[in-house]
Amino acid sequence: MIEMKRVSMVYQSGGTKAIDDISLTIHDGEFVFLVGPSGSGKTTIIKMLTGEIVPVEGSIEINGFELTKMKRRSLPKLRRTLGVIFQDFRLIEDKTVYENVAFAMHVVGASKKEIDKRVPYVLELVGLTGREKRLPREISGGEQQRVAIARALVNNPLTIIADEPTGNLDPAKSLELMLLLEKINELGTTVLIVTHEKELVNSFSKRVVALNAGHIISDGMDGYYSYEG
Amino acid sequence: MKVNKTGYLIKEGCKSIFTHGFMSFASVTIIIACLVIMGSFALLSVNIDEMIVRLEEENDIVCFVNEDLSLEDAQAIQPILETIDNVNGVTFVDRDTAFEDFIADYDPGVFEDMDSSVLRHRYIVSLNDITLMAQTEATLRSVDGIDDVRAHIDVANAFISVRNVVSVVSLIIVAILAVVSIFIMANTIKLASFGRREEIAIMKMVGATNSFIRLPFIIEGLILGLLGAIVAFFIEWGVYVLVNREVTGGIVGGLVEMIPFTELMYPVLGVFLGVGVVVGAFGSTIAIRNYLKV
Repeated sequence: MIEMKRVSMVYQSGGTKAIDDISLTIHDGEFVFLVGPSGSGKTTIIKMLTGEIVPVEGSIEINGFELTKMKRRSLPKLRRTLGVIFQDFRLIEDKTVYENVAFAMHVVGASKKEIDKRVPYVLELVGLTGREKRLPREISGGEQQRVAIARALVNNPLTIIADEPTGNLDPAKSLELMLLLEKINELGTTVLIVTHEKELVNSFSKRVVALNAGHIISDGMDGYYSYEG
Repeated sequence: MKVNKTGYLIKEGCKSIFTHGFMSFASVTIIIACLVIMGSFALLSVNIDEMIVRLEEENDIVCFVNEDLSLEDAQAIQPILETIDNVNGVTFVDRDTAFEDFIADYDPGVFEDMDSSVLRHRYIVSLNDITLMAQTEATLRSVDGIDDVRAHIDVANAFISVRNVVSVVSLIIVAILAVVSIFIMANTIKLASFGRREEIAIMKMVGATNSFIRLPFIIEGLILGLLGAIVAFFIEWGVYVLVNREVTGGIVGGLVEMIPFTELMYPVLGVFLGVGVVVGAFGSTIAIRNYLKV
């Protein structure tokens, strides 16, 4: 579960509030789109949820971790409960598809036996069987994003956070990716997707939280992204 | 840390040397260059110091025995001289031997009307510490039966000054070279790890602890540092032998004698390995420190 209570964030350099007194609750198993134009505060929320930055006011609880009170050394434990997917995929260039996924399991101290069993299963789930030995540069953008999803999934995270995951993909690949994330959500994982792709959001009937200038301007279950930026 | 995790990290560190081949090569090359330059200067300084020590040792004191004493009485002074502080060795030279040594340097006809009675029996006294020459000379003078003492205190003081200057100057130069070398090596490692900041950020994002990220870098740095140190050691050895051959075979061959490398090899290897390990391991740790704050 994600629970943000009266959260504000100010970057020292600017002085203006990137996030202004936001409260938001996302229950376990939900599928939520976080939408809004550039500069609305979407990325700031993601950075706060992953512990990269700490809010100046309010409290954030995610997967049982009280972010505003926890020590930095506990951050890896929190991050192991999350699967994070980025627009630019962020794969390690000199590791193969298999190694990029297995690497996340090494981080949590999984045995070779567990890794050998789990990685092929996840790669099959995202449709990458047969691509295990390829390097990221040897596969397409859509496939690279699926590697990133596989890496996010491999440790059975409680929550998947995807920051503009379709930003580098064509519409067909974007839809394919969303369907994959929906499938993962159906298996019980909470999914939070940050995007500004209106048509894609509106093609799913999911909860949509809209942000503008650091405020939540709408939060509806109708799956409609109405903001005209 | 679990065993399987540690094994994986060691493997990753070793693998990384090859996957980042060019930067590994650059790091090792810089370590080799810095160690060879620093080592060469240190060895030059050690040799100069050794040469001065050798020259100091040749600066003996001559004690002239009272000419009224018989040969037996003159020889009886030796045990007294040997018990004096700072005296390293005492050699008795009777007047006949001294005379023979003296005339040997000249045309035999020049001194044919003279005999050894013009000279006195004497002792050649070598010292442990040349800096105490003045005190030792005074003590020798006070010994019964010793008439006169000849000590080149000015020459001794000059040697001491030269040695002090050489020591200080070499220390300063080696220190400057060490600082410059560390700076260059740290920057090379920083450059090598800069290209991997994204990789570190990804590791952090999937929940890797700082020690999990650091260990492969330390292993990698350690191996590169050791490799650099070993290669630098053999290059240093080769250069030293070559220079030694040139020096001893050249025009100054009779005057200058270098310490054989075999006498210096263990300290040199020890220092090189130490510097390699410290620079490699700590350099990597410091270089990636900033990227861990994600």
